[in-house]
Amino acid sequence: MRNSDSTPSTVEMAIELGLSREEYAYICRKLERKPNFAELGIFSAMYSEHCSYKSSKRYFKRFPTTGKRVLQGPGENAGILDLGDGWAVAFKMESHNHPSYIEPYQGAATGVGGILRDIFTMGARPIANMDALFFGSPEDAKTHSLVRGVVKGIGDYGNCVGVPTVAGQTLFHPCYTANPLVNAFTLGIVKTEQILKGIAKGKDNIVMYVGSKTGRDGVHGATMASKEFSSEGELERPAVQVGDPFTEKLLLEATLEVAEQNLVVGIQDMGAAGLTSSSFEMAHRGASGLELNLDAIPQRETAMSAYELLLSESQERMLLVAEPKNLEKLKAIYDKWDLHAEVIGKVTEGSRVKMFSKGELVVDLPIELVVEPPMPERPQAAPSDLKQRWFLERNRMLATPLETKVLSLLKSLNFADVSPIIHQYDSMVGNRTLATVLDDASVLRLREIKSKNIRLALATDCNPRVCWLWPQEGGRRAVAEAALNVALRGAEPIGITDCLNFGSPENTEVMWQFAECVEGISQTCDFLKVPVISGNVSFYNETDGKPIYPTPMIGMVGVIEDNLPLPLSYCFSTELELGLIGPLVGGLGGSLFASEFFGRDCGQPEETDLTIVDRMIKWCQVIRRKKMTLALHDAADGGLLAACLEMAFRSPHECTGISLEIPHEADVDSFLFGETIPRVIAAYEPVERVDLEATSSRGGLKFHPIGSVNDSGRLKIFQGSAVVLDLAMKDIRSRWEQKYKVFF
Amino acid sequence: MKAAVITFPGSNCDDDCVYALEEVCELSVDRIWHKHEVDLSPYSLIVLPGGFSYGDYLRCGSLAAFSPIMNLVRAASDRGQLILGICNGFQILCEANLLPGALVPNSSLRFICKDVTLKVENNLNPWLNAFKVGDVLTLPIAHGDGRYVIGDQAQAAKAQKILSYCDAKGALVDGANPNGSFDFVAGMVNEKGNVFGLMPHPERAADLRSLHGRKLFESIINHLREKASA
Repeated sequence: MRNSDSTPSTVEMAIELGLSREEYAYICRKLERKPNFAELGIFSAMYSEHCSYKSSKRYFKRFPTTGKRVLQGPGENAGILDLGDGWAVAFKMESHNHPSYIEPYQGAATGVGGILRDIFTMGARPIANMDALFFGSPEDAKTHSLVRGVVKGIGDYGNCVGVPTVAGQTLFHPCYTANPLVNAFTLGIVKTEQILKGIAKGKDNIVMYVGSKTGRDGVHGATMASKEFSSEGELERPAVQVGDPFTEKLLLEATLEVAEQNLVVGIQDMGAAGLTSSSFEMAHRGASGLELNLDAIPQRETAMSAYELLLSESQERMLLVAEPKNLEKLKAIYDKWDLHAEVIGKVTEGSRVKMFSKGELVVDLPIELVVEPPMPERPQAAPSDLKQRWFLERNRMLATPLETKVLSLLKSLNFADVSPIIHQYDSMVGNRTLATVLDDASVLRLREIKSKNIRLALATDCNPRVCWLWPQEGGRRAVAEAALNVALRGAEPIGITDCLNFGSPENTEVMWQFAECVEGISQTCDFLKVPVISGNVSFYNETDGKPIYPTPMIGMVGVIEDNLPLPLSYCFSTELELGLIGPLVGGLGGSLFASEFFGRDCGQPEETDLTIVDRMIKWCQVIRRKKMTLALHDAADGGLLAACLEMAFRSPHECTGISLEIPHEADVDSFLFGETIPRVIAAYEPVERVDLEATSSRGGLKFHPIGSVNDSGRLKIFQGSAVVLDLAMKDIRSRWEQKYKVFF
Repeated sequence: MKAAVITFPGSNCDDDCVYALEEVCELSVDRIWHKHEVDLSPYSLIVLPGGFSYGDYLRCGSLAAFSPIMNLVRAASDRGQLILGICNGFQILCEANLLPGALVPNSSLRFICKDVTLKVENNLNPWLNAFKVGDVLTLPIAHGDGRYVIGDQAQAAKAQKILSYCDAKGALVDGANPNGSFDFVAGMVNEKGNVFGLMPHPERAADLRSLHGRKLFESIINHLREKASA
């Protein structure tokens, strides 16, 4: 189908490019003519779910997006929060799910590349990456190559650019077998006076193309990401882009030099839908028009049509707008970094984008029609089988010996040492990393800011089991858990970005899940006064009609404004007591244990009590100011037992034994495996117990002594004076360490 | 006493080296862009930092070895000035024949970033004089191509290993060699001892982590001070 750019379109062509019959009719009516083929390409990309957010946008009104630190909320390339003293942080998370399934290495690598550009296009220097990876069943042969390819892709890109990958999350669940999720987060720091925006304005200002040449790779990537897969998805391979982290590093340094010298009016990454989205979006934000000469674009291949130039997703390219007087200075900077920089057009008055190819006007479109497609109202419906999902066969659990239950939890692939993955990422480059993902949240120092003590804590969180069983609670919990994670390292939560991964919005249950998750996220954000400052939606994560679990991934940022020592997250000696702060027992509904025990996700998750979460966050601050010697770790997947084991396994000392006592008033399963938040495990010197108990009580939190760590080599659980479980720690540990090694 | 840190396109530990030398060790530092052929003779120490110069295209360090500045680095080496190559800097020094041998992909074929333990093999040099022979230090590594190989035994005999990968007790045993390097080589000096290449990152342990990186930099400063006062 080689249509020429000026061929008038037909409804069949529109449908083939992913537009609906109604959308095509709407375009023709508004335009009072049929768009030509090149213009149709623009509509197909900009009307795609991926670029337009047409199914999700109406829900974003619910998110709290304001606060005293917010300098830039949603709507730009990234959100920005004020740190004070003339500095700010920019951050955002994005998905690269579809490309990563088709071509794991390049898909994941270019996902990192794209989010890095979203940050440095704001003038911010990227200083940390996080990633959230969700893979399918390890029994599926493809899962292994996906894990290997994705991890290598993320590592190779971030390592080469020199941005440390400091935290993240990895989870395995059969619902991701044909739809793995790759979510990448980047945070950068920027002087507030150097913040750049994606805006085109000022009549006769020049439009420049900088970075790599344009090729045919990635043509129609955005459209691909807006369709569900069928088993013949392999055919989509040419739509995946190819990354070049070396060019990215050059582009990063050049962009920051441009920002420092204040040489641009606006700048934007050519991401999804390439030149099309960057030009139309920048013009839209600036309420200006544009005139572009497509022949001036540096091209890697010969005989490229306007259609291909407009829709190529070749990587490492940016579009910038500058005053003509700065042209020479800009050229000199890009020349220093051996990058292409060509003037390809100018800003005009009015509200149209006109593009010329070989002397002919090939595109002449009103901007508003392109960037504001009609928003369909997608019907929602709760699933009819929710009650069945909530049924948890408690009697069978009670009738099973404890050892069988403990072993069923310990065999879970989601209770595993993640070092085989994280050691493939450079987590330290930049010399800022003080704690990593292994410590619940990562902590970075900001050596640029000399006028005050300031450190940042970062965490990602989402529990898809809970989101599937009760989407609203899943949303609520994801934010609460992420806030708790940064608080445990001593930080005050200051803002989130979200990456909302769902099935098809045309599926009524998916749309219900989406609305409920947004509500849950907003509730916690409201309660904790944490704004949503940027985000991304990835729909159509489904194959052959089977959607993934709702997966609203949260990227949380917290700030530490003093120089007190960071609390540890692991046992720092072999003679420590263990205590539980928070509810004595947790809910089994939606727990990892229930899933492993029954072989299916079941039970009604307990509602998160945000009052207690808030108290816990404040308590963490109190504990830190008291400079108590203690380690804190959050009981999440796997509950209290898994958390205690992790604290011992991560110890540099010979913490080979754990003794736990089940309080007489507690139900054994709910105590050991329940997953209500917030339940925090503290490991402390025995002398600290009285103080810890008093501090918890003053903070409105319950404190329960639960046992100790030692060097006995055994995991022993007591109920009264009876030993109800006695296992060799060595065996548990080696299984925990080996699980991820099978992938590499 | 002044140090130069050279930036190649794709260097990404240059900032970290400047920070460690300037702010932690209080040395005056100039940053030098690889295209600027400046006079290197005033510098007591020239640092080739880590990163991915030229994106590791062709081979790690191979393109940077032909950068304009490298002719001047070679001349500085001939004059006996101290030249330190860290990670990618070590790879560049090998490619430029300022050190013998080569660094090839890790035996696991994977990138590895973690703390490792290292044994001081020789301290009679400008680089490790603040340590004792046999000391075990902890420094992070972060590389995909850190396996040291050397074909020419005559060359190997002239150059010298001064830092080995080892276990926590200082033993060179199986499992203590993270990348499969020949003879556990983590750091080599040339025959004259003025050129040092190592895969671990001392600049990442200058005021964080083990602080052993700081001690390494202090060795260099001690040596330069003694030389200046002699």
